[in-house]
Amino acid sequence: MVLMNLELAPLATIWRIKSVNADPTDQDRATHLQEIGFIQGEHVSVLARALPGGDPLVVRIGLSTFALRRAEARCIEIEPDVSNV
Amino acid sequence: MSDIQATSSTSTLIALVGNPNCGKTALFNLLTGGQQKVANYAGVTVERKEGLVTVHGGKNLRVLDLPGIYSLIPRSQDERITCDVLQGRAWGEKKPDLLVCVLDATNLRRGLRLALTVKRTGLPCIVALNMSDLASQRGLNIDTDALSKELGLPVVKTVAVNTGGDQALRECLSLESWNKLSTAIPLDQYQHTQDGNQVEVDHLVVKQILHRLNLNHLVPDHFSDRLDRVLLHPFLGPFILAGVLFLIFQAVFSWAALPMDLIETGTTWLAGVLRANLPSVWWRSLLTDGLIAGLGGVVIFLPQILILFFFILIMEESGYLPRAAFLMDRMMGSVGLSGRSFIPLLSSFACAIPGIMSTRTIANERDRLITILIIPLMTCSARLPVYALLIGAFIPQRTLGGFELQGIVLFALYLAGILGAMLVALALKLLTPAGRQTRPLMMELPTYHRPTLLSISLGLWQRVKIFIHRVGGIILLLTLLLWFLASYPAAPVGATKAAIEYSYAGWLGRGLQHIFEPIGFNWQISIALVPGLAAREVAVSALATVYALSGDNTAALLTPILSNQWSLATALSLLAWYVFAPQCMSTLVAIKRETGGWKMPLITGAYLFALAYLASFVTYRVALFLGWG
Repeated sequence: MVLMNLELAPLATIWRIKSVNADPTDQDRATHLQEIGFIQGEHVSVLARALPGGDPLVVRIGLSTFALRRAEARCIEIEPDVSNV
Repeated sequence: MSDIQATSSTSTLIALVGNPNCGKTALFNLLTGGQQKVANYAGVTVERKEGLVTVHGGKNLRVLDLPGIYSLIPRSQDERITCDVLQGRAWGEKKPDLLVCVLDATNLRRGLRLALTVKRTGLPCIVALNMSDLASQRGLNIDTDALSKELGLPVVKTVAVNTGGDQALRECLSLESWNKLSTAIPLDQYQHTQDGNQVEVDHLVVKQILHRLNLNHLVPDHFSDRLDRVLLHPFLGPFILAGVLFLIFQAVFSWAALPMDLIETGTTWLAGVLRANLPSVWWRSLLTDGLIAGLGGVVIFLPQILILFFFILIMEESGYLPRAAFLMDRMMGSVGLSGRSFIPLLSSFACAIPGIMSTRTIANERDRLITILIIPLMTCSARLPVYALLIGAFIPQRTLGGFELQGIVLFALYLAGILGAMLVALALKLLTPAGRQTRPLMMELPTYHRPTLLSISLGLWQRVKIFIHRVGGIILLLTLLLWFLASYPAAPVGATKAAIEYSYAGWLGRGLQHIFEPIGFNWQISIALVPGLAAREVAVSALATVYALSGDNTAALLTPILSNQWSLATALSLLAWYVFAPQCMSTLVAIKRETGGWKMPLITGAYLFALAYLASFVTYRVALFLGWG
């Protein structure tokens, strides 16, 4: 399957988090993302992108909404949501 | 609303912990009412809010409102405070006797994870399901008894925005038995795991709990989502934000104008009455020109502070403030700041003092300090009288390409300040190691809430108190000092020159003249700059004093004198000086207060002085070269 990350997700489509990967420049980022709720298996979708440049993004994770920079969204690997939750 | 008199009489300390935006502070306000005391934690600028809650039997318990956290790994100064307090490591702070873990009942997935983490600290803990009214509106029926059994902790429902919404929590706090909670709870299967990822383990536990309680479905807040589709729209969003900011800016300027005029007229009138009716003794001047002028100089800031914070608090409480920061993030990011810096900077066009005070909404410490550093470069309204005087005296009234030349110069002065600020921020971004690395945004956009009157009025009251207590006193002292410098020694009998020339301020000005001569300032300007430190606009009246003018309309009388006696180069140089110079002690005092030490105000003062000197020097020399000397 093609690797997909949250930065590239089309607007308002629901995805599932496959993994949260460490950023080489910021090792703590993955842990930080997990602590605010970006955990494997959770539902995630991109609600909006700011102009210009689509940065930052508005992301729905579980029931919370966060603004993430593109570099942060890039750490979140996603896969299509196959369940019917 | 009074301060807590004797906190030591009751030693039981309850700490509120919770995720950011779970309504923790609203619950704190409801529990304690006006009985709050706002200070800073030792050595840091994190706000420490303590209050008293009266439980059944009239017993008072101390309540501490800890900054919101997502986990026990701190990532900012305020998160570190919470973690330190929970672990009993905070300096000068006792370990809490009881924790109230406040959860957003509409978002249990995240809240319960924190509850598990908090439980591992081993402190007695009560779980408060806040916003339980919203949860039931959305069809989430939470069985508190079942949840209590799952967690092994007492669980109560609260509604922080309603009077009496803290009833269940109060009753729980009244029980004598909660101090046995810590021993009553077995440290069970939710213990700390040595291997594997704690967050993921906790997440699984939470999912199982939610599944057993039949709460394992996502019910988003459709109202917030609909609102966000408009307010965060890539095109509409920025326009709406611009409109909102325009209205706030207008309000700060226009609503504050009348009360500020009244304060000014009032103090002038009072000083005049006292001057006319008191015998001519030394303390008459101290009273009228020193004390009353100084008090007036402190109170004059209040209208703008109140109006600005009224709007900021509404934006903060409603949830719009982080969204505004989101919309401005990209633009501010280009100079190494985040969207959070935008509103403090914008409000500093009215006055730097409320701007500096509002930097508390910036979570990142470095961003906050840089924002404070560049705030004085925003053209505040106190510069306008100086600009108006000099532009009126030196810039001819003619049009240039269809625009008023005077208006163009005024615009250029505003622009110079903004560009200067951006260049300073950019330089710090490029030249410091911390500036080059990208800092995380990861900013929560909470669901929208209607702001409560209690929270807004408490917030406003606390801002006013902070300003009067911490900033006002020093401003008053410094104003008195400047009064002394400008009044003593008094002019000798039969003096021919203006009294200020014989004073210490006069001597200082003549000394400063040597420093300012290369940038084209004469000794009159140098003297006027000294009392002008009290507030920028005072320089105008000080100039009038130096040129021995008296009466009502000194500014109008000054205009012909200045245009005759000063060269255009000198006037332009002084304008450039006022764009950058640290000509306002109150600003530096506010910086001292908000950064908790003299380091930042000294750095700010020094770099602004250097920048102003450089700008004036270049302006003066270029103007001389162009033959405007």
